[in-house]
Amino acid sequence: MGNFRFHQYQVVGRALPTPSDEHPKIYRMKLWATNEVRAKSKFWYFLSKLKKVKKSNGQVLAINEWLSSHLPRFLVALVSLIFERKPTKIKNYGIWLRYQSRTGYHNMYKEYRDTTLNGAVEHMYNEMASRHRVRYHCIQIIKTATIPAKLCKRESTKQFHDSKIKFPLVFKKVRPPTRKLKTTYKASRPNLFM
Amino acid sequence: MPFKRYVEIGRVALVNYGKDYGRLVVIVDVVDQNRALVDAPDVVRGQMNFKRLSLTDIKIDIPRLPKKKTLIAAMEAADVKNKWENSSWGRKLIVQKRRAALNDFDRFKVMLARIKRGGAIQQELAKLKKQNAS
Repeated sequence: MGNFRFHQYQVVGRALPTPSDEHPKIYRMKLWATNEVRAKSKFWYFLSKLKKVKKSNGQVLAINEWLSSHLPRFLVALVSLIFERKPTKIKNYGIWLRYQSRTGYHNMYKEYRDTTLNGAVEHMYNEMASRHRVRYHCIQIIKTATIPAKLCKRESTKQFHDSKIKFPLVFKKVRPPTRKLKTTYKASRPNLFM
Repeated sequence: MPFKRYVEIGRVALVNYGKDYGRLVVIVDVVDQNRALVDAPDVVRGQMNFKRLSLTDIKIDIPRLPKKKTLIAAMEAADVKNKWENSSWGRKLIVQKRRAALNDFDRFKVMLARIKRGGAIQQELAKLKKQNAS
């Protein structure tokens, strides 16, 4: 919760009406991008791959951001923003993606435990960059979904499905409470035991 | 040495970094390896990295993901506030805060009190030395 680099947008667009087609079909896409401009650009990228429409002969009808912070229910109805439904509930997110590696395109399914979808997606981008050296522009998110605990496939998420979870923190990193108090040398050896 | 303080639902922890520095929070659920869902009576429930938490000895009895009211009731029942303020860790923190909030006059008064205390200790020591010598 807080600043995410990747914002979720809902972009709605269609082809421009022509004499032969007065009411073209309207398409909606949910995307992740760092800002609105990029979101619109991505929208046309995907849409032109799927339908015969380009930015030059189409129009974006609406672009709304899907925010992941907490907003009281009555305000959501007033404002035309979209919010994550329950940002205090931990959910298991499954993300299906298609990414380009050095040798070709691959599909992948990853699971994350997080309170918000934006957080899970941000986690995904960071993990893809660290584990597979794949950058943001080489990843296409095919689908995201919240997965009920029974259907999770990865052991690393399933190990937290325990109502009586209990584990010790093994190693305590001694950290000054503000960066101002940071010094290179300390007078005494730190105690690392929790 | 076996571990005594575990990350578990109901464990009370102290925030040791960041915006909520110094606040006591309760671990309400575990998100994953590094993060917990954390809650306190006057804070919106949110996730926090374990690196920002110092676990305490206090643990309260709550079901997983309790409502705010249940959490507050459980904290009252376990008397977290008093237990914390009477523990040596809690008392040290209170003293630190008090010392940081002293103004110059208070510091002067502290100085006088220390001199007085030192004088009393030296008197007793002199008495004991005399007893020993004789």
